[in-house]
Amino acid sequence: MFAFQMADIMPALPEIFLAGIALVLVLVAAYGGETPRSARRVTRIAMGGILITLALVVNGDPLASRAFGGMFSADSFAIYMKVLVLLGTFAALGMSLRSDGDSDINKPEYSLLVLLALVGMMLMISADNLMALYMGVELQSLPLYVVAAMRTNSLRSSEAGLKYFLLGALSSGMLLYGASLVYGVAGTTDFAGIAEAISGRDMPTVFIIGMVFMISGLAFKVSAAPFHMWTPDVYEGSPTLVTALFAIAPKVAAISLLLRLSYGAFGSIADQWQQVLIALSVGSMVIGALGAIMQTDIKRMMAYSSIAHMGYALAGLAAGTVAGVTGVMIYMTGYVFMGAGTFAIILLMRRDGAEATRITDLQGLSRTHPLLALGLLVMMFSMAGIPPLAGFFGKWYVFLAAVEAGLVPLAVIGVVMSVIGAFYYLRIIRLMYFEDTDSPLDSKIPMANRVVLGASLAVILLFFAGIAGLLAAADSAAVALIVLG
Amino acid sequence: MGVENPVPELLHEYLPIAVFFAIAVGLAIAMVSASLLLGNQRPDDEKMTAYECGFDAFDDSRRQFDVRFYLVAILFIIFDLEVAFLFPWAVSLGGIGVFGFWSMMLFLAVLTIGFVYEWKKGALEWE
Repeated sequence: MFAFQMADIMPALPEIFLAGIALVLVLVAAYGGETPRSARRVTRIAMGGILITLALVVNGDPLASRAFGGMFSADSFAIYMKVLVLLGTFAALGMSLRSDGDSDINKPEYSLLVLLALVGMMLMISADNLMALYMGVELQSLPLYVVAAMRTNSLRSSEAGLKYFLLGALSSGMLLYGASLVYGVAGTTDFAGIAEAISGRDMPTVFIIGMVFMISGLAFKVSAAPFHMWTPDVYEGSPTLVTALFAIAPKVAAISLLLRLSYGAFGSIADQWQQVLIALSVGSMVIGALGAIMQTDIKRMMAYSSIAHMGYALAGLAAGTVAGVTGVMIYMTGYVFMGAGTFAIILLMRRDGAEATRITDLQGLSRTHPLLALGLLVMMFSMAGIPPLAGFFGKWYVFLAAVEAGLVPLAVIGVVMSVIGAFYYLRIIRLMYFEDTDSPLDSKIPMANRVVLGASLAVILLFFAGIAGLLAAADSAAVALIVLG
Repeated sequence: MGVENPVPELLHEYLPIAVFFAIAVGLAIAMVSASLLLGNQRPDDEKMTAYECGFDAFDDSRRQFDVRFYLVAILFIIFDLEVAFLFPWAVSLGGIGVFGFWSMMLFLAVLTIGFVYEWKKGALEWE
């Protein structure tokens, strides 16, 4: 029998606190009415809750990290990734706080659902058991399906929500089927138990099938090719605020889960999953780079860009080494801030109050909004991987890990694809600086967007200064994940 | 763990389900095929129409109906599940102790908050 002790739940305190805040906000939303004012109040409380949770996460003891009988692990890897997810969600919520904002998003339920999804993401990052894994994935996904369809009078938004839901349900099915096969062979749902059960014996084919199914299910969540089909449609159809959230936070959680699963549970058969991840990585890099070239809508372009980014991150994952995990963590750090900064600008792409998200709407931005254009220039350079910006360091460490692990062709494909990818990032810069326009975008820039853009720019520009510290943190987290986990 | 050859052991527990499944499929096939093979088949227009309490069918059975039916059904499922959890909990309460008791109380509290929300939002009112 599971004897209950306080020490068993203390590592999960941030999640418990955040879930408690979410429950209180359900009541606030129910009694506060549907006015924009009530929505802003809910958002403010949610943002305050996220800040306190951030403090709790940072203050957590990474050495006493197991909770709920080993189902939950708040080691230093989890702390690192949770900080990223919390900051990203905080930024996304902050940008929804504008008085003239989207009336569909200005509902109390929006922040509430985002907060619940955030609890799910944190649970995914800490999941150390197949049960906790599935719980986290579903708790993250279900609220996100709803917010994708939040603009109820828009056909596109409903389509995005439905598509996301159907493909998400399919991926959950694959994940569960794979998990059931893995459990059937290993006889336990615990990651450490699975690792113990499979080490040093010949794996039956059915176990490999289960593992591939699980990785495929998670590949849906990180939108790695060939499981990327939903991404462009969902990114385009969702309200832009929701797209910003999708681009920033959930990918970090899904990549963390993939890391923990492949290195923790399947660590001893790395040679088996390596091929799968290499295939996913190459596919995502190619489809992301080539698919983005033909896009005319910036949200769709960002979707392909995120597919490509996931491909680069998976290259580090495929390396199967401590350096690979470190590379992925550095990559995701840059990715969160690039996503937040870019979407802080995309959210401002309005003309007479209506969203204008075609790429050509950016024409002449350097003349009408010189500072914004400069900010987007830095973001695009960083995404293209130009030194000394954040994106460059992410790619550098990921490809370095791949080369060190003997995956030279993978690294070569990655470098070639990032050169091709640079084309569409540079095209945006060309439109902003070398084209002219008669119809400028709206000039009002809300405070939240300024703050998010400024903070992201600072992180991306000063990344080279803090890289040593980041690297040390990521390295010890990677060791905690692989050796101690 | 190091479980020696755990696969057959696990599968043995599922044997009754496999037997049950085989009987169910076999019985269904036997009944349908027996009536097809042995019965007299003399279809006419009257026999082929849908039977609706002796009346002619009013309209297509796949028409749209009010979304509120779904809402009520979904809200019902939540509390149906709650009861499904409560029964085994109540039976085994002696064994699961204080921790089990408070776990269920927490679950009920979460459900109650959801219930307050749906009540307040008017999801339970028909008009």
